[in-house]
Amino acid sequence: MPDQLIYAMEVFLNGLMAGVLYALVALGFVLIYKASGIFNYAQGVMALFAALTLVGIMEGQVPFSHLINAMFGTEIHHFGWHLPALVSILLTMAVMVLLAWAVNKLIFNHLVNQEPIILFMATIGLAYFMEGFGDIMWGADIKKLDVGLPQGINTAIDETTYGWFGYGFFIDNLDIVATVIAAILVIALVIFSQYTKQGRAMRAVADDHQAALSVGISLNFIWVMVWSLAGFVALVAGIMWGTKSGVQFSLSLIALKALPVLMLGGFTSIPGAIVGGLLIGVGEKLFEFSVGPLIGGATENWFAYVLALLFLVFRPQGLFGEKIIERV
Amino acid sequence: MFYREAGDFKTSYEEDSQTFPIKFDRYRYYFVLAFAFAVVPFVINDYWVNAIFMPFLIYSIAAIGLNILVGYCGQVSLGTGGFMAVGAYAVYKLMTAFPEVNIIFHVIAAGGITAIVGVLFGLPSLRIKGFYLAVATLAAQFFLVWLFNRVPWFYNHSASGQINAPERTVFGVEVTGPNTEAWATYLFCLVFTLICAILARNLTRGVQGRKWMAIRDMDIAAEIIGVDPLRAKLSAFAVSSFFVGIAGALFFAVYLGAVEVGEAFGINKSFLVLFMVIIGGLGSIFGSFAGAAFLVLLPVLLKNTLVGGLGWPTDLASHLEFMIVGALIIAFLIAEPHGLAQLWRVAKEKLRLWPFPH
Repeated sequence: MPDQLIYAMEVFLNGLMAGVLYALVALGFVLIYKASGIFNYAQGVMALFAALTLVGIMEGQVPFSHLINAMFGTEIHHFGWHLPALVSILLTMAVMVLLAWAVNKLIFNHLVNQEPIILFMATIGLAYFMEGFGDIMWGADIKKLDVGLPQGINTAIDETTYGWFGYGFFIDNLDIVATVIAAILVIALVIFSQYTKQGRAMRAVADDHQAALSVGISLNFIWVMVWSLAGFVALVAGIMWGTKSGVQFSLSLIALKALPVLMLGGFTSIPGAIVGGLLIGVGEKLFEFSVGPLIGGATENWFAYVLALLFLVFRPQGLFGEKIIERV
Repeated sequence: MFYREAGDFKTSYEEDSQTFPIKFDRYRYYFVLAFAFAVVPFVINDYWVNAIFMPFLIYSIAAIGLNILVGYCGQVSLGTGGFMAVGAYAVYKLMTAFPEVNIIFHVIAAGGITAIVGVLFGLPSLRIKGFYLAVATLAAQFFLVWLFNRVPWFYNHSASGQINAPERTVFGVEVTGPNTEAWATYLFCLVFTLICAILARNLTRGVQGRKWMAIRDMDIAAEIIGVDPLRAKLSAFAVSSFFVGIAGALFFAVYLGAVEVGEAFGINKSFLVLFMVIIGGLGSIFGSFAGAAFLVLLPVLLKNTLVGGLGWPTDLASHLEFMIVGALIIAFLIAEPHGLAQLWRVAKEKLRLWPFPH
C-alpha cells in the first residue's frame, strides 16, 4: 500500500475522533434549540466555565479570591483541600444546574415571545458575561485538568497497524475514551427523550409550546431541565477538551467549531449533529492534509465554515433538519 | 419647553422633509458640528485622540455600516471584523501601489473593494435566513482573516507579516505614519464620519431604506408588494460593507498605523461592533453613534476608576469589563430592545412638556 494512502487513513481516523468531540459540543446546542428555540451561543463558554469550576473545586480554590484580595488586600488563594474527581464532578453538576436555573429565571423568562435573533444576541451577551465571570471567580491562568482519563498514544493500535502496514497509527487514548463517552451520551439522550416522562414532555415542548402548556407541562421546569442537560453536556465536553489542551480561554472557541457542524447537520436533529460532526472532523483534517500545504496551511480555521456555507446554499435546512416552511 | 414644533412654520416641501424638522434639534446639530470642527481640534492632545475620539469616530462608521445591514435590512452579520480587514488591506495595497494618488481616494476605493467582497459573501442571504445566515457570515470572518494572514501578496511579503501605513499627506498635512499631529488625524476621521453619517441617514429614509425595512419586517410580504429581495439584500450588503470597509481603512491607516490581522480584526471586533449596534439601537443612525461612544468610553472609565482609582490589577478590570458588557447587552435586550436611541427619543418627548405637566 502506498505511503500517502496510509497517512490519509491515519488522518481520516483522527478526523473521526475530532469529529466526535465537535459533535459532543453540537449536541448541547441541539438540545436547547429543540426545546426552547434558543440558539445558545454560550454553549462553548459553558464548557469553559464547567471545566474551570471543576478544576477550582478539585484544587480547593477560593472563588473570587483575586477580587477579594484586590478589594481587601488579603492573601487568600486555597482552602487547602483536594477533592476526588467524582465528588468534584457531582458538585460541578450542581453548579451547572444552579446556573441553568439562574439563566432561565433572570434572562429567558423576560424574553419569552421575542424573535429568535434577539434570543441569539442575548446568548452572546451571556457568553461575554460568563467569560468574565468565570475568570473573576477562578482566575484566568491556564490550568491542568486531570480526572484520571487515560492519555497518550494507544500502543495496541500502534502495534496492530504496524503489523498490518509497517507503519504505526498515532491515536490518542483520550480520543478513544471521548468517542466511547460521546456514544454512550448520545444513546442515553435518545433513550431519555424517547422513553421517559420528562423526555416526552421535552419533545412536546419542542413541538408546540402552547399545546404543551395546555396539557399541563411546566415550561419553566422543562427549560431548566434542558439547560441543565446542556450544562451536563458542556461539562463532559469541558472535561474532554480540558484534559486534552488545558483549561484556558481557547476552550470557549470550540463553540465556534460546533456551529458549522450544526449548520451541516441541521439545528433540530441529534443524529444530524453526530453525522455533521464526523463529516466536518474528517473533512477538515483531510483537506488540511491534502490541500493545506499547497495554500499555506491552517485551513482548519475556515474550512468547516466554507463547507457548511456552500452546503446551505443548496440545502438551507441542513442534512437532517426539518423542512423550513414559510407562511405569510 | 424644548423640542417644540410650535411656531416653527414650514413653507416648502424641502423644509418639511429635512433631517431635523424641529428647530431646537437643528440648532443643537449645528452647535455640535461647530464644536467638533472649531473647538475640539484646538484643545485635544494625543491621549484624548487615541483613547477616545479616533476609536469613537471610526467605530461610529463601522456601526453605521452594520446598522444598515442588521437594523435596517434585518440580515445579521458576524463578519464585520473580516470586512474591516478587507478595507485595511485594500487601502494598504492601494497606498503602496499608487503612492502619488491622494489617500482620500484610497480610502474611498477601499470601501468600494469591501463592498464587492461584501456582496460576494452576501449572496447566501438569498437562500438562508436568521441565524443560519449569522453563522454563515462567520465563514467570511474566518476565511478573510486566514487569507490576509497566509497569502504574502496582501502584506507585500513583509517579514513580520504585519502591514505598516506609509506616510501620506492631505493638503500638505500628514495624516498617516508615525509623525502625525493629533488634530490632523482627528479632523481627517471626523470628515469621513460626517459624510458617512449624512449619506447613511439620507439613504435610509429614502426609497432604498424603505425597501430594506420592508425586507426586514417580512421578506415574503415585501416581495409581494414589489420589492426585489435580491437587489434589496445585496444592496444592503454592499452599502454596509462600503462603510465597514472605510472604517477598517481608517482604523488601520490613521488610527493604528501597523496591524496584525488576527489581532486587530478578529472575531471579537465583529462582536464589539454588533454590541455597539444593539446597545445604541437597531435601525437608528444616532444609535450607532451612541453605541460607539458608550462602548469606547466604558473601558476607559472602568480602567480609570478601577486601576487608577482603586488600584486593582488590570486583568481584573478587563474581566469585569467583559461581565459588564455582557450584562448590559442582556439588560438592554430585556428592558429596551431599541437601545439608547429609544431612550433618547423618550427623553425628547419628556423634554417637550417639561417643566409643565400638560
